[in-house]
Amino acid sequence: MDVQLELLINAVVAGLLLGGFYAAVTAGVSISFGMLDIVNIAHPAFIILGSYVAYIVNIQFGVDPIVISIVMLPAFYLLGTAIYQIYYQSFERRGQESLRGLAFFFGLLFVTEVTLILTFGVDYRYVEASYIGPSLHLGSIDFPLRMLVPCVTALIMFGALQLFVTRSFTGRAIMAVSQDQLALQLMAADPIRIKRIAFGISIATTAIAGALLIIIQPVEPSVGREYIGRVFAICVLGGLGSLPGTLIAAMLLGVMESITATFYGPSWAPAVSFGFLLLTLAFRPAGLFGR
Amino acid sequence: MNTIKFTLICLLVGAAVFVGGHLFGVGYLFFAGYTILQFVVLASAWNILGGYCGYVNFGSAAFFGLGAYTTVFFYKFFPLPIPLLIVIAAIVCGVVGFGMGYLTLRLRGAFFAIATLAMAVVLQTLVVNWDYVGGSRGAYIVRDEMIPIFGYSIEYIEYLFLLMMAVSIIAIVISRTIARTQLGFGFASIRDDELAAEATGVPTLRLKLIATTLSGALMGMAGAPFPYYIGYLQPASAFGLEYGVNSIAMPIIGGTTSWVGPLVGALLLGSLQQIATVTISSAVNLLIVGLLLVAFVVIAPNGLVGLVQERLKAWRRK
Repeated sequence: MDVQLELLINAVVAGLLLGGFYAAVTAGVSISFGMLDIVNIAHPAFIILGSYVAYIVNIQFGVDPIVISIVMLPAFYLLGTAIYQIYYQSFERRGQESLRGLAFFFGLLFVTEVTLILTFGVDYRYVEASYIGPSLHLGSIDFPLRMLVPCVTALIMFGALQLFVTRSFTGRAIMAVSQDQLALQLMAADPIRIKRIAFGISIATTAIAGALLIIIQPVEPSVGREYIGRVFAICVLGGLGSLPGTLIAAMLLGVMESITATFYGPSWAPAVSFGFLLLTLAFRPAGLFGR
Repeated sequence: MNTIKFTLICLLVGAAVFVGGHLFGVGYLFFAGYTILQFVVLASAWNILGGYCGYVNFGSAAFFGLGAYTTVFFYKFFPLPIPLLIVIAAIVCGVVGFGMGYLTLRLRGAFFAIATLAMAVVLQTLVVNWDYVGGSRGAYIVRDEMIPIFGYSIEYIEYLFLLMMAVSIIAIVISRTIARTQLGFGFASIRDDELAAEATGVPTLRLKLIATTLSGALMGMAGAPFPYYIGYLQPASAFGLEYGVNSIAMPIIGGTTSWVGPLVGALLLGSLQQIATVTISSAVNLLIVGLLLVAFVVIAPNGLVGLVQERLKAWRRK
């Protein structure tokens, strides 16, 4: 096979795997920003928090990071509901969410990051699991398990979320609250409670996303910053609040970044996602798949 | 008090601070003072868009870094005196601010905020990949020990301090003038209810573009002398999110509705950070900024100025 073509195919496959992981990272933002209109700019900081939780338990007890993240889901859910409560009481109820709410999350981002730096230092941390080293080979195409396992986990999580929001009563109520809060209230559902649950779920996804992140790459506290633009780019591209749209956008971005990194060098990869976000915002703010 | 009188008072205060510091004779004071003044400029500039219009800009670092790298570019290409570089940086960043605003300001506020954050990363990546200005290795700027002005020879850091003092006076005067003219009322109407403003004939897009251009230009002016101050500039330090969080935290802690808030916030928080950096560590000083920002938006939404105003009102009622 042609070397260039082989390189391209490998880049596309790597991009799809990366995209699956990006989808897991973005799922929470799709819920909080897309459905609830809460601009949680601190989302990546919680992902890093998830990474560190996975790291500590993994190093201490040798438990698989993904198992740890599933066990930690309720804790992150409670953290999310608590943050929403503060956010609602201080900003949403007073109608000040635009400026001060943004500043609040921005501050939260720094507090989380610096606290992690002060506790763990800026050394890169990594976890140990049996699937981190080896790769599957399919002809000349590589499937590193380090990427494949996170991608599959992300897809399962996405499937579960999609089933939840389309089939369960609470899930449908979350979709409804993003469309018409008053109408939901008339159906005798408390929009604040629904939003609290939804925000809790959005933060809960960071436990899993964090564990996946530390499987894919070593993590230090400020790694999260690279993901701020990426998650919002994917979320906007996917048409705000649509989970299938988010998945497709994440894959698209993963492939573009991977191709850029392969053919032009990794130092250009961040500009791809952010540049794409700027272009999307400028020319197609409803997203690629928006109505 | 009209603008000319106000400017004169600012100049007098600035001169007094400089002469006082010079007589005191500790070089470090100028070193720390420069940083604090730089934050006065950044905070005032952020406030023109964020406080007056209600549009959050996370990308202060983008404009600051762009200003700094304009200087690096000219240092390599054709060295110019710093005051001229400040003017050039203002033009470059003003144009970028205008373009940025034109692309994103038709959208809701949150999109603008995210786009500004994205811009900081795009610019940083461009600079990292641009070898002429040093790329990711960074660039060294060699400055003289002393510089002659008006027949006197003064230390370079004092010269930089003077320049930054001038820039911050410009920023404060602009920010105060805006708040007192029709422009300021237009901005306030956008902040309070953009739809209503539009409906009553306020040219909202044009006003917002004026705000982004002015705000961007001022941030660039704050960045232009920075390479000479720091001596060695690398992309990560010029585009650091620290500038973003500081230029948001300072106006919010001080109070966003007037020109006094950013000044008070920058002076207080800037000094506090200098003390924390020297006595504890620079990581702790970011933690302090973050915690104060969160605490103030939750507890005192109108900042220190708001707190004082409430006290005054309560006191008058007695």
